[in-house]
Amino acid sequence: MPAPTAAAPPPASIEVRGLTKSYGDHRVLRGIDLTVPRGTVFALLGPNGAGKTTLVRALATLQPFDGGTARVEGRDVRTQPAAVRGLIGLTGQYASVDELLTGEENLVMVGRLLHLGRARARRRAAELLDRFDLTAAARRQTRTYSGGMRRRLDLAASLMASPPVVFLDEPTTGLDPRSRRTMWDVVRAMVADGTTVLLTTQYLEEADRLADRIAVLHGGRVATEGTAAELKAQVGRERVTLTLARPADLPAAARLLRAADPQADPADGTLSLPLHRTDDLRALLNALADARLPVTAVRITAPTLDDVFFAVTAPAELETAR
Amino acid sequence: MTTAPAPAPSPLGRAYWLLADSAVLTARSLRHNLRQFDALLLSVILPLTLLLMFVYVFGGALHVGTAYIDYVVPGILISAAGYAASQTAVAFSQDLTSGAIDRFRSLPMSSAALLTGHVTASLLRNLLSTLLVLGTAVAIGFSPATDPLAWIAALGTIALYILAICWISIAFGTIARSAEGASGFTFFVLFLPYVSSAYVPPDTMPAALRPFAEHQFVTPVIETLRGLLLGTPTDSAPAALAWCLGILAVTVPASAYLFRRRTRA
Ligand SMILES: Nc1ncnc2c1ncn2[C@@H]1O[C@H](COP(=O)(O)OP(=O)(O)OP(=O)(O)O)[C@@H](O)[C@H]1O
Ligand SMILES: [Mg+2]
Repeated sequence: MPAPTAAAPPPASIEVRGLTKSYGDHRVLRGIDLTVPRGTVFALLGPNGAGKTTLVRALATLQPFDGGTARVEGRDVRTQPAAVRGLIGLTGQYASVDELLTGEENLVMVGRLLHLGRARARRRAAELLDRFDLTAAARRQTRTYSGGMRRRLDLAASLMASPPVVFLDEPTTGLDPRSRRTMWDVVRAMVADGTTVLLTTQYLEEADRLADRIAVLHGGRVATEGTAAELKAQVGRERVTLTLARPADLPAAARLLRAADPQADPADGTLSLPLHRTDDLRALLNALADARLPVTAVRITAPTLDDVFFAVTAPAELETAR
Repeated sequence: MTTAPAPAPSPLGRAYWLLADSAVLTARSLRHNLRQFDALLLSVILPLTLLLMFVYVFGGALHVGTAYIDYVVPGILISAAGYAASQTAVAFSQDLTSGAIDRFRSLPMSSAALLTGHVTASLLRNLLSTLLVLGTAVAIGFSPATDPLAWIAALGTIALYILAICWISIAFGTIARSAEGASGFTFFVLFLPYVSSAYVPPDTMPAALRPFAEHQFVTPVIETLRGLLLGTPTDSAPAALAWCLGILAVTVPASAYLFRRRTRA
């Protein structure tokens, strides 16, 4: 076995090639390829049962997989699991806090099992308890914690070692808006320090705000991958919706602008059309004004990750993925 | 401020971390015991109740040739070890079926420490309840031999027996799909002492049970304990030792194998 090369760092923090996993004859992952550059946030989206948790557990050495390769910081997940465990922190989808221990005891225990030593484990625990607003509850058994408090403690546990790679499976599910912000801030701070974060989420806004790159898992494959802007561009562009002063003008306006592929909505008295360049808006409004078709409101809408999600995870897409 | 990965540990380093990690997990298990009322009940109150019940309720009706309390104390100690072992099976199985195992497995800790931590905690908890039972027994009339070497040997025998059945229970805990399944094991370890020389001499049992009672592994352990505590012959010591070491020789590797297989699935 060649010695790990210290000189040339591996190009990516997480590299997955052709990873497959079946449960019986249920083929959950059918060939996943992912590359996560070091020091970035990567978000995995996908409908329930898409295999996000399966993939995260596979990368964290907890779930054996059938085919393909996965490397974390250049270490092979399958053949060097111990090395990988030394490099990762994991917060699973389901809280794994010890109910009978206090919050503080939980963290100190994890710290000692990370071989930080008693004093460092205590210091780091206090730091994280403070960061996640748990100092007041630190000396209480966690079975008295609320769901969100457990979640936060579980997150803190995965950060005890300041690992270079952190896996977070739905880290903010069940968190109140303030705790969710705290979590985002923590993730951003980690990434600023050079940590690589791979997270799954059902909150598309979260992926949008936090992730450098996003992959949507569907039908056992990566249905689409890219930056938030790239994904949105795939499903469409900005649209402008015009509200006409007189709904009766709608047919005339649609005829006038027919080159721009308008959609008329008689119920609202609105006309909506794709907006290729912001300059087009001026031309559009001028044309309507010249034709004496007054407009009372202009609204510009951009596609959201929700649109991306619905577009790539539609049942019809699944059929073609099979 | 990410930390560099630890270098691959040497065998000595691995042994050190196995001990250190076991100590951390032993402390965890002991904390669990202190905070769970039913666990405390099983390890402290139950053995004492059993002692008082056998001595005062059944003792009058049982004739074994000596004072019944002298006869029964080793049996109580062995039964108490059974309770402790079944508790260990349940606690271990709970770890395996809850999120706890994922947390531990994602850590670069010694995974064998999960097993040894439970066993060590069980041993400590049980030695404590052994001392409690012995103290109470002396207070209500148990008159053991006073040779300190015999006492040390007796405690050693108990500890070895506890270790043996704890490892059996760890093996069961690894197979059990749920904590409830693991608690089914309770029946087995609680039943064995009754069909041994723990409470009544086997020659008072029906002919069908007698060979089993005389030859199952609890009987030589009890007889050895009895010999050491009361100053009677300890002919069964080699058999007791062989049984316990034999059980350990099977259950330790079997548990390790089953655990590795279970956590790989
Ligand atoms: N141990 C298992 N045995 C059998 N099937 C399993 C097992 N674990 C997961 N699955 C199946 O694999 C598929 C993917 O599950 P997974 O938990 O990875 O989905 P997910 O994307 O994380 O979903 P969610 O958004 O609901 O968390 C599901 O259909 C699930 O039923
Ligand atoms: Mg999941």
